[in-house]
Amino acid sequence: MAGLATTFGSGAMTNSIEEISGSEVIFVIGSNTTEAHPQIARRIIKAVDNGATLIVADPRNTVLSEFAHIHLRLNPGTDIPLLNAMMRVILREGLIDDAFIEMRTENFNSLRNTLFAQDFEALVEITGIEPSLIERAARLYASAQKAVICYCLGITQHVCGTANVESIANLAMITGHVEQDYTGVNPLRGQSNVQGACDMGALPGVFPGYQSVSDEAIREKFSRAWRTKLPEAPGLTVMDMTHEGVKNGIRAMFIMGENPVLSDPDASRVEKNLGSLDFLAVSDIFLTETAQLADVVFPAASFAEKTGTLTNSERRVQLMRKAIEPVGECRTDMEIIMAISNRMDYPMDYEEPSEVMEEIALLTPIYGGIFHDRLEHTWGIQWPCPDRAHPGTPYLHKYSFARGRGLFVPASHLPPKELPDSDYPFLLITGRTYHHYHTGGMTRASEILSREEKEAFLEMNPKDAEKNSIRNGQMVKLRSRRGEITVRTKATNRVPEGVVYTSFHFVESPVNRLTNPERDPVAKCPEYKVCAVAIEPVS
Amino acid sequence: MQMEHVPSVCCFCGCGCGLYFHVSQGRITGVSPSRNHPVSKGNLCVKGWHSYESVYSPKRLTHPLVRKNGRLVQASWDEALSITVDAFKGVLSQHGGSAIGLLSSAKCTNEENYLLQKLARAVLKTNNIDHCARL
Repeated sequence: MAGLATTFGSGAMTNSIEEISGSEVIFVIGSNTTEAHPQIARRIIKAVDNGATLIVADPRNTVLSEFAHIHLRLNPGTDIPLLNAMMRVILREGLIDDAFIEMRTENFNSLRNTLFAQDFEALVEITGIEPSLIERAARLYASAQKAVICYCLGITQHVCGTANVESIANLAMITGHVEQDYTGVNPLRGQSNVQGACDMGALPGVFPGYQSVSDEAIREKFSRAWRTKLPEAPGLTVMDMTHEGVKNGIRAMFIMGENPVLSDPDASRVEKNLGSLDFLAVSDIFLTETAQLADVVFPAASFAEKTGTLTNSERRVQLMRKAIEPVGECRTDMEIIMAISNRMDYPMDYEEPSEVMEEIALLTPIYGGIFHDRLEHTWGIQWPCPDRAHPGTPYLHKYSFARGRGLFVPASHLPPKELPDSDYPFLLITGRTYHHYHTGGMTRASEILSREEKEAFLEMNPKDAEKNSIRNGQMVKLRSRRGEITVRTKATNRVPEGVVYTSFHFVESPVNRLTNPERDPVAKCPEYKVCAVAIEPVS
Repeated sequence: MQMEHVPSVCCFCGCGCGLYFHVSQGRITGVSPSRNHPVSKGNLCVKGWHSYESVYSPKRLTHPLVRKNGRLVQASWDEALSITVDAFKGVLSQHGGSAIGLLSSAKCTNEENYLLQKLARAVLKTNNIDHCARL
């Protein structure tokens, strides 16, 4: 999300989900939308039914690419050359929005110079796509009145993730496709409250509402409200803690509702690092692989057993209500945090989650008018919502960007850190499937979801399978420079030759033992989407 | 038999579908999508329809655990909290807040995320707090 924060000033979906169905051209890049975000895919398909043009950029054939008018089947990790090539076409054919660039943006010359310094044919060749397809896609996107771009982790989980996002923003801005309804740039959020966790300042550099911890006036404001002195130095990011915490001087950790042992790349290192802490406390609903390493495990209440708000991908803050009493002795994470704080001699005395929300509204301008009583009889409020009378904001950047002018940040191709070679000849992509979610803790507890898909599979092109004498359904050993797993193969044309794909939901085939922890330098997002592997049949 | 419909939000992806839990005698027996919700509009994906099942999984943790002689064993809340607080107090006084790290959760509520970062910054004196958004 760092990419959109730099270019637009706000790292969130610019539009509402429902607006997608009213768009004329929809460009989906790096998102397997039907499986990961079914409701958003539904809007995309509805728009296509209404006559919209769909462009999908994905190395794999997906359900959505079958609906697409143009499928740009790019080589993995070549998003910047694709986007730059599209912008070259748009510049060459005079399809840019001069007035928008002049009035709403800055640094356009630098983007133009970078683009003209790159050879169109060379860019196209890197992507592996037919040049006429890129030209058609560029013309369609640039000429539409209402055009949206949707992207997901296929864009961000690369060493050049931030530059990928900035390039998407460049494409949207040179064509003036921001600041309107049905038109914008939409990062699709993967978890029920990932937007909210960011908004609430569960990040090492910012307080709630993206207010910097390094800003003295901001620190002073929070310090007064919380009646205590606050640390100045920005903290460590997740992988600095999960992979290198001990090396970075961490001795004790508290992990709430996450399972980094399965979810983080190069997982054996996570296990080793967390195992050598002096103290680890975990709160979760299951005894996850991470909880098994802990010194203390708190049984947490599930989402159906507590009240509170969640913020979805379109910035909609909604009230989730307690439906049943927690099972066994479980307590909500709110009760657990308050109990720890009270015993640490810092009293936290909130009777209800609504009282916490009042404090959030007081200190967080974008949530300034959001209170539980306003959410009770509505479908939620989309931030920014500065005061009680404000109805919320369906789409962002109307009249001006959150940062003032939109900033062009030019980018050049940065190949993935680890590409196939003679020892590790296949390129591995990881992702989600329709029936499961993340490390599988919740979905695999459902009998029906497990019945639909009970184990991981490795998608492999039939030609590759034949060349390596691997039968459809055979177990294979998948090996990278960091580890190995076994997994069942599925011969399918969904993946091109030389590329294999698997999901990360199954502890029996823990694919993050293989993935590369190389990270994007700005967002610190690891390159889950590309690593090199070798495949051998298991007899 | 009384059946209550409790409006809530699906716990899975970032779509944030509105749904109703069907609650009978203190137990969730099913879910249905909310017809007028701007995202779900009468529709749920397969994960949403089965979202409540994990709540009743026999694998749910139901009591605190603490490690004794290398093994995790059942403990009281009081004991689990005391051990945690003593450990944090010890690290804090000997090494300062920079030796403590916290991971928050993209599956917990805004209120819980807010309180955890407040615990980190105001009580444990560290900005070492993050969650999986960047992953």
